[in-house]
Amino acid sequence: MIYHWDWSVPISAPYLGWLMSGLAWTLLVAGAAWVLAFIVGVGIGILRTLPNRAARRFGALYVTIFRSIPLLLQLFLWYFVVPELLPASAAHWIKRDLPLPEYWTSVIGLGLFTAARIAEQIRAGIEAVGRGQSMAAAASGLTLLQSYRYVVLPVAARYVLPPLTSEFLNVIKNSSLALTIGLLELTGQSRQIEGETFHGIEAFTAATLIYVVLTLAAIAAMRALERVVAIPGVMARV
Amino acid sequence: MTIPLRLDSRNFVRDELDLVLRPVVIAIDHVSKKFGDLDVLKQCSMTVLKGEVVVVCGPSGSGKSTLLKCVNGLEGFQAGTITVAGTSVGERRTDLTKLRSQIGMVFQHFELYPHLTVLQNITLAPIQVLGRTKSAAFDKAMSLLRRVGLADKADCHPGQLSGGQQQRAAIARALAMDPIAMLFDEPTSALDPETISEVLDVMTGLARDGMTMMVVTHEMGFARHVANRVVFMDGGCILEEAAAEAFFAQPSTERARSFLSKILRQQ
Amino acid sequence: MGGIDADLIAAVAPFLWDGLCTSLELLVLAMAGGISLGAILAVIRIAGPKPLAALAATYVNGLRSIPLIMVILWFYLLMPLATGRPIGAFTSALVAFTIFEAAYYSEIIRAGIQSISKQQLAAATASGLSPLQAYRFVVLPQAFRNMTPILLSQSIALFQDTSLVYVVGLRDFMTAVSVTANREGHLVAFYLFAALVYFVLCSTGAQSVQLLKKSMVSQ
Repeated sequence: MIYHWDWSVPISAPYLGWLMSGLAWTLLVAGAAWVLAFIVGVGIGILRTLPNRAARRFGALYVTIFRSIPLLLQLFLWYFVVPELLPASAAHWIKRDLPLPEYWTSVIGLGLFTAARIAEQIRAGIEAVGRGQSMAAAASGLTLLQSYRYVVLPVAARYVLPPLTSEFLNVIKNSSLALTIGLLELTGQSRQIEGETFHGIEAFTAATLIYVVLTLAAIAAMRALERVVAIPGVMARV
Repeated sequence: MTIPLRLDSRNFVRDELDLVLRPVVIAIDHVSKKFGDLDVLKQCSMTVLKGEVVVVCGPSGSGKSTLLKCVNGLEGFQAGTITVAGTSVGERRTDLTKLRSQIGMVFQHFELYPHLTVLQNITLAPIQVLGRTKSAAFDKAMSLLRRVGLADKADCHPGQLSGGQQQRAAIARALAMDPIAMLFDEPTSALDPETISEVLDVMTGLARDGMTMMVVTHEMGFARHVANRVVFMDGGCILEEAAAEAFFAQPSTERARSFLSKILRQQ
Repeated sequence: MGGIDADLIAAVAPFLWDGLCTSLELLVLAMAGGISLGAILAVIRIAGPKPLAALAATYVNGLRSIPLIMVILWFYLLMPLATGRPIGAFTSALVAFTIFEAAYYSEIIRAGIQSISKQQLAAATASGLSPLQAYRFVVLPQAFRNMTPILLSQSIALFQDTSLVYVVGLRDFMTAVSVTANREGHLVAFYLFAALVYFVLCSTGAQSVQLLKKSMVSQ
């Protein structure tokens, strides 16, 4: 087969604009989903370490459910199924008045999916701090809340930074699934260009390079953060 | 209850009188604890009087650390009562947080908070729990650090200190709460041999100053020279409770005798 | 569009079953290929000559920085161009998964080998074993023990990822459900059914991995 190369395609109008718009949507979906995932994930992760049995059960149930169903299907559930199961007025609002339904569905689906993964990292981080530390905090008269706030969480946060980096990268990569419910993020746009111009290789190369750059930038940023919060005398990064 | 005596010839009479008049700080009464089918503690009873140093010893797995942790409610128990300065530990209504703020505890692995400096480690609970001002907590912490010989390490993080230094800092942290009693859970077991004595010296100083102490340890030298009484545990039971001199001169049970001969041969 | 009755279920069941078989086939083949390629990459990175190790590292880190959908689309586009003839969605997806998952498997295997302390290697060589023997009899058996549960967990994630062949129209379970749901007009019922199937398979799988982990610890 003969392939006609044209590397000007991804950097000429209107396709460059398409790619940039795709990049913007990728960042918007990933950014908002990350905020949601972080808040919910930290909450669920903490629940899983509390002395209260019901709280731990609830946290475990959340994690099991959201980790056992493919993300693609979760997006379909939020997009096609959940509005049908809501009370009529809410469903009506979602279908008629919610602006950018593809966007918000992607954010919620991706955010709650990622929250389960973050929760696992948070739990592991808290457990790595060790029972001795919570005992010492309790022994000095700190309440459970105080011991989490001043002792357990600050240390756990440093443990979980590296795994959270990879979760952050996962959110960027997984935001590509938004194309399945019609949001033209970066991958979707590159496929759009392929369909329009038959220059798929050039379009995909451009998108792939952008993903690589995003990844490298995210890693560099998190490394810098790790250095800032590093504790003298322990956990030095090799 | 038999009245324990310190057979120190110089102060014999004064100590004896003193001890009779001393109030009970920690009273452990028929405490039992099960972990599943396993009896961790069986009908344990002992007391610690004000200003007294009681060493709890015994082979590993004898339940001594568990008993110590029951005193400030870090471990629960199913039967019996523990009273600390008149407050019952096991009762639901007891404000454990408040009780714990009055009892200092020192752990085998120090458990200093790694992300805080030594000074912040010491001032955290006084500020957050007792509501002391920063400057009051700071002054107190510095004077305690001078007392344990670590004034120059105030701004170090725990990871930058040796084991012995960390444990001395941990003792200062416990003292910062002005505790009515101190609990020590094998405070020298995780230390390099050459740093053990610096920690024992601090503990000996505390005892001389009249601190009420319950100490789980294998350091028989400390038990012999500093403790008023020794409690020997094995298999979750308290087998022996005697004045330190008497315990070392003539242990009354066979198990205590064999424990002592083994441990003294090692040391 | 009618109700969901026995006739409808009987009519769609074979189609969905075929889809599930396609998913499982993809899983098993991609797992075998991915773990094999991943092991080779891991060994090259640990013991290979420097330039080769750097190449393997670039492969692993490069693939780990792009979305799986992108990789699936790449191979769907490239395979026919490279071979000069049309190639089914299944083959291109299988190659994409193998190449992609190998990067993740190789990291697990590499971490597994490196988790065995240098002391173990030193002790083995001190007792007279050659470095190769030390790896063969001391390091690798321990490493495989440690990494097996993680490899299996990654494979459960791979099973969920097979649903992404939806973007190239391969009739796996997810796509079969989606096609049927749209054709029959029962989105809610069919998607909930699919969720239930995935949930049961994946949570059972995850629980088995946990049990395996526990039994390995107690041994």
